[in-house]
Amino acid sequence: MTAWTDAVSMEPVLAVVAGVLTAAAVYLMLSRNLVRFLFGLMLLSNAVNIVIFASGRLTLVAPPLIPGDAVAPAATVANALPQALILTAIVIGFGLLSFVMVLVWRAYVSLGTVDTDAMREAEPVEEDADPPPGDPASVPSPARGS
Amino acid sequence: MQSLILRTATRLVVALMLIFSLFLLWRGHNLPGGGFIGSLVAATAFALYSMADGPAAVRRALRIDPRLIAVIGLMTALIAGLWAALAGVPFLTGLWNKIPLGEGAELPLGTPLLFDIGVYLTVLGGVLSLLLALEESEVDDDRLD
Amino acid sequence: MSWLPVLSVLVPLTTAVLGLAASGSARVQRGLTLFGSTVFLAVALALLSAVWQHGPVAAQMGDWAAPFGITLIADTLSAAMVLITAITGLACAVYAAGDIDDGRRRQGFYPMLQFLLAGVSGAFVTGDVFNLYVWFEVMLISSFALMSLGAGRRQIDGAVKYVALNLVSTLLFLAAIGLLYGMTGTLNFADLHGAVQEVDNPGLLAAVAVMFLVAFGIKSAVFPLFFWLPASYHTPPMAIAAVFSGLLTKVGVYALIRIFTIVFTDEALGDHFAYVQGLLLWIAGLTMVTGVLGAACQSDIRRILSFHIISQIGYMVMGLALYTTLGLVGAVFYLLHHIVVKANLFLVAGVIERLTGSFELKRIGGLYAVSPLLAVLFLIPAFSLAGFPPLSGFWAKFVLVRAGLEVESWWIVAAALVVGLLTIFSMTKIWGEAFWKPHPGGTAALSLPAGRRAGVAVGPLVAPIAALALITITIGLFAQPLYLLAERAAAELLDPTAYITAVFGSLPVEPAVVEPTPAAEAP
Repeated sequence: MTAWTDAVSMEPVLAVVAGVLTAAAVYLMLSRNLVRFLFGLMLLSNAVNIVIFASGRLTLVAPPLIPGDAVAPAATVANALPQALILTAIVIGFGLLSFVMVLVWRAYVSLGTVDTDAMREAEPVEEDADPPPGDPASVPSPARGS
Repeated sequence: MQSLILRTATRLVVALMLIFSLFLLWRGHNLPGGGFIGSLVAATAFALYSMADGPAAVRRALRIDPRLIAVIGLMTALIAGLWAALAGVPFLTGLWNKIPLGEGAELPLGTPLLFDIGVYLTVLGGVLSLLLALEESEVDDDRLD
Repeated sequence: MSWLPVLSVLVPLTTAVLGLAASGSARVQRGLTLFGSTVFLAVALALLSAVWQHGPVAAQMGDWAAPFGITLIADTLSAAMVLITAITGLACAVYAAGDIDDGRRRQGFYPMLQFLLAGVSGAFVTGDVFNLYVWFEVMLISSFALMSLGAGRRQIDGAVKYVALNLVSTLLFLAAIGLLYGMTGTLNFADLHGAVQEVDNPGLLAAVAVMFLVAFGIKSAVFPLFFWLPASYHTPPMAIAAVFSGLLTKVGVYALIRIFTIVFTDEALGDHFAYVQGLLLWIAGLTMVTGVLGAACQSDIRRILSFHIISQIGYMVMGLALYTTLGLVGAVFYLLHHIVVKANLFLVAGVIERLTGSFELKRIGGLYAVSPLLAVLFLIPAFSLAGFPPLSGFWAKFVLVRAGLEVESWWIVAAALVVGLLTIFSMTKIWGEAFWKPHPGGTAALSLPAGRRAGVAVGPLVAPIAALALITITIGLFAQPLYLLAERAAAELLDPTAYITAVFGSLPVEPAVVEPTPAAEAP
């Protein structure tokens, strides 16, 4: 095993990748555009998964599989726990992101914008100009922009 | 999307993918695979079908509401976990029942497989209801939930 | 007995699944939810009594020995929190019968509420930091769904902000877990307690501790991280807002208390502990003050109450930041009393809107003449929130102030007292505007909708409010039992020996015919 293929040399690479992904994610998430925010969230969740992966130590060994007729792995195997954690995190992240995607789409349909600065439905700019008595949740606020 | 090539190819590919997804589910306990991966393959198959023939065709092919599939899946998983209560061991403990097939061969069937089937159905139902709701939302916004 | 922590998650989960299956019939679904919530309450009571008699109760999932499997463990704090969760859940389920319209019900309100309770309860009983993340997510996804049920324009707007910030918190939490695992190689709380003390890099440990602090800080809406809360909590129907205001931020506070008493202890962080403690103290003070000032300039009841959640969170964090036995007693006491009071105030706000047609203080009034009973039911949680004797809030504040004086943190004590006064200001504002002054539209505007609307379903609306108010009074008049409970919880937090023995001591018995196998985690 040469130094080049040594797993240790992968650690700085993963660190840089996680860093770059996080930086890009933060940049995207600072945007007022919800769609960009969503992309930032996706990048950030990938960065986090890489952090967990690197935390489990990088080793050049066999996958953590036990042969059918054995009770323990024959040789040293990779740490299976971070893989399980990442898998769980991916599954959860998948669920969350698909929900957020629908929510952003829904927000676009009903509010007509994906610019967070323009979303003032819940917190109208003029407190006095609330909709008339009735069900305030269902009445579109006339306060917007007027 | 109206494409004869896509629709013809889809028929074949969807069937293959569904069989492959069941294969993944079956081998999942001891080898790479499992309920989650299997159900995603199945969901992809249905997604392909809905691209070729539209979401209505998928609903017809499924026969039951995808949300109901998810509910059945959740119940299956719960039963798999609670099975351990009957045996007096902690929740989710894997219990195996080996069915002899003759000539020394036996078929181990256990609660982990049942749990996996539950996961398969839950994820399939969940992904499909989301997917179909999104596809249909262009026509009818109220279906989104 | 080891099934009790499992049941406290399984009962709401099963109720949710059955509720989903029964979504065709409103009556069946409602009845099922009420039945499930009652069973949950019974399980929570059994859990607390078991913990009270035998100390922490642990259960190993799938029969995998700790720290390799997932442990569910209930100590006094967890069990008490599960009980309060069950009480709030039942109250809101009853209230929802008169509050949630059929559209929201068909979209799955009742199952989502139960999933939320399962997530909250799971977060309280888990003994594993990654599992805590999973329960947070269960809670988060169901709260997202509840927040956007019905999809009114305001709700969608509120939900976007709620979802966005909570997801950031989630990812921070996950990254912190990854780093903690990288340093210690374990995720089990009981195992982490010893493992962090062997980490020879206290600086890095402190950095990870602050990551957890920020992640849980967003969830519990503390000072610089609370903006999502007042932007969203007033948008859903009050039955949903009550559960959120009662439980969700408190799970964040619980997680803060748990992680800073068992993982990031003073032994583990060494010199850096003082830094984290100072940070917590500042956060506590600023959270109290900004919350109460935010509330003072609002005129919508729901928004006043939302800002008060933030201000009250400050008190709980203060108890943790003092890091003495008495401080933690105060924090635990505060947590338990506050959930009941806050949820109740939101429920009262819902009834106020029913009777007057608005949440906006300028547009309502005259409630005292129409419903003196409601006036009393509002006064009880309102004055308890402000800390009037002999209500529950008085004792909570009393213990915290005492704890502050004991360690001579004068300014945090001063802040706590001043904020208490300002809370009275907000509460009397609601009282004066909504109950005392005449309705701006004349009595006719009030009495007509009152007679018509109140007649429909006032029973399910008022019954849970009265029950929660009764709990508040009972805690106030007989504070000793709850104080003893909080004292024991605090003692267990500061000396986790019993907790750790419970996790590792009850080694799973090797079953004869059964071979333990991982019953596959989620994927």
